[in-house]
Amino acid sequence: MSTDTKGYLDMDLLRFTTAGSVDDGKSTLIGRLLYDCKSIFEDQWEAVEQSSKQRGDENVNLALLTDGLRSEREQGITIDVAYRYFATPKRKFIIADTPGHIQYTRNMVTGASTANLAIILIDARNGVIEQTCRHSFIASLLQIQHIVVCVNKMDLVDWSEDRYNEIVEQYKEFASRLDVPHIDFIPISALLGDNVVDRSKNMDWFKGSPLLYMLETVYIGNEHNHVDARFPVQWVIRPHSDEYHDFRGYAGRVAGGVFKPGDEITVLPSGFQSRIRGVHDIGGDLEEAYAPMSVSLTLEDEIDISRGDMIVKQNNPPESSQQIEAMIVWFSSDASLVERGRYTIRHTTNEAKCLLKEMKYKVDINTLHKIEDDREVRLNDIARVSLQTSAPIHFDRYRRNRATGSFVLVDEQSNNTVAAGMIVG
Amino acid sequence: MSEQKGYQLTHLQQLEAESIFIMREVAAQFGKPALLFSGGKDSIVMVRLAQKAFWPAKLPFPLVHVDTGHNFDETIQFRDDLANDVGAELVVASVQEEIDAGRAKEETGPNPSRNRLQIPALLNAIEKNQYDACLGGARRDEEKARAKERFFSHRNSFGEWDPKNQRPELWNLFNGKMDFGEHFRIFPLSNWTEMDVWQYIKLENIPLPSIYFSHEREFVRRSGVLLGKCEHITLLEGEAWESGNVRCRTVGDMTCTGMVESVANNVDDIIEEVAAARQTERGGRVDDKRSETAMEDRKKEGYF
Repeated sequence: MSTDTKGYLDMDLLRFTTAGSVDDGKSTLIGRLLYDCKSIFEDQWEAVEQSSKQRGDENVNLALLTDGLRSEREQGITIDVAYRYFATPKRKFIIADTPGHIQYTRNMVTGASTANLAIILIDARNGVIEQTCRHSFIASLLQIQHIVVCVNKMDLVDWSEDRYNEIVEQYKEFASRLDVPHIDFIPISALLGDNVVDRSKNMDWFKGSPLLYMLETVYIGNEHNHVDARFPVQWVIRPHSDEYHDFRGYAGRVAGGVFKPGDEITVLPSGFQSRIRGVHDIGGDLEEAYAPMSVSLTLEDEIDISRGDMIVKQNNPPESSQQIEAMIVWFSSDASLVERGRYTIRHTTNEAKCLLKEMKYKVDINTLHKIEDDREVRLNDIARVSLQTSAPIHFDRYRRNRATGSFVLVDEQSNNTVAAGMIVG
Repeated sequence: MSEQKGYQLTHLQQLEAESIFIMREVAAQFGKPALLFSGGKDSIVMVRLAQKAFWPAKLPFPLVHVDTGHNFDETIQFRDDLANDVGAELVVASVQEEIDAGRAKEETGPNPSRNRLQIPALLNAIEKNQYDACLGGARRDEEKARAKERFFSHRNSFGEWDPKNQRPELWNLFNGKMDFGEHFRIFPLSNWTEMDVWQYIKLENIPLPSIYFSHEREFVRRSGVLLGKCEHITLLEGEAWESGNVRCRTVGDMTCTGMVESVANNVDDIIEEVAAARQTERGGRVDDKRSETAMEDRKKEGYF
């Protein structure tokens, strides 16, 4: 870890998610990354060592590092997304560690929603299996730009280049149907550490870089949209103090594009136009603000703006509509999706009532085929739907902007988040 | 903060922007939020972030301190000064009052901890003041049960956490809807690590209570932990008070906050120490060592 403050402050942040089934060695891989990057402390290690011994595990069970809840430790399974943190002198990493079983699709989607990159593990003995396809499809659906396929347990296939190439070909054939711009492959042994942090001595036929080097150097500059200016208003700051008597700041997090003083803007839904007077944070006035900065904006004119409104540039508005086409992932185990059902939609800082007008089809998450005969959308199902909202929603397509193209549906009776949605049009 | 690279934020800038976003969501989504203030470095950073989130207005919520009566004197003084400086309302929930009223029972033994007794004091303060959201400075890297907690963490009307039934949290969409009598605990620092907090303290030049820095103090070694001398701790057979240079890595009760031997007396030295540390900062917390899932069990009952 970098201790010199200058270096530390220059680091950027990579968020990645890991997917694989129980036996693919996911926990071992994460344990290996944390351990080799010195992010596991002695007391954590001792606690895990001791628990493993007590449970009668042969080796130190690295899964116990991430499986923190009592029921997970009792059942030996991961039931929820666990977040882990580590850093190298180059980058800071946040891992969303998600369980791989089909019944936990919702957790994978949750972990993937904020990830820049997905690691997908394949057991070299088994090759591409149904779960591999499912995990890859979720990464693609959530528009993760980069997948790293780790072909693990190479030690169990005699470090065979032929076997590795065969799996890479299998995966590529399947992946041609995905929407992921960058896919890389690495043969590894998480257990022995080959190609995880250090280059493998057992596979000198592999010319690529080890996993950690890739994680440290992969380009993440294009994660946010810096073209379409979008500022969802979160909160209005009115100090009511003598010093800032007339200050009226619109607080929010830039969801796209760049905002500068002097920019001509439109406020949605009112359509009022004005010009940006200043971009502020506590340190004073800024030259500009871009995603994902949290700032406040002041305008030249006094206009009525409140939470849920969106400030955009005059020449580049988002789509505004009460009809939305979207892919949704259903999250509720208590209730299935109901056609003509009513929900609350949360989109950026905005909220509206919505009617689920039509369920068009479900997607078979393993084959990517449309399912048109089974009409019931249950927990973990993915479906294409049409929604009608009580007020216009100002959105971009999810493909263009994750922040303005995503939403969740909330059940008005239970208050639970029952679905996550990605707008397609 | 430091210079930018194109349209790219550094990781600390991203964490700061995320935390500010969460604080503003809390102000917007809830009717009566409060910030739980322990006097520790994380809650001090929280106050700084809250100032940033609402500048130039004041904090739209009070600071609530659950006072065990076993706090370090330095913490209490620091708390009062900080509340005064930022112009925030300070609400103190007293564990002693809970004990006096018979709603909480003091532990006995050589280092009786009032750690769990904070639960009734906190829950009563929430109920009495009708807080519907309590901001806390907990981080996911601190403890394994916390690694799975949401930013917006739902509590039922008894203040209980149900870890198996947490709401999914995607992108930056946070669902704070609830029924009457329920509340949320909200953790804007979820994605920060101990190192991030220290680097931020340095970068922003944030003052801290003196117990974080090396000072001479009498202490006793107990189960590998150094506990500072105070009236609430009695020596066991074979134990003796020692004296030396120590400092706190976390700040809690005097009876459960372990100290480390250290000569670090400024933030730079502490950063060096944190980077070289082979024990987690809660490694010195007696309250976590009581069982494998001590934190989860306390959290389920309504702990921070």
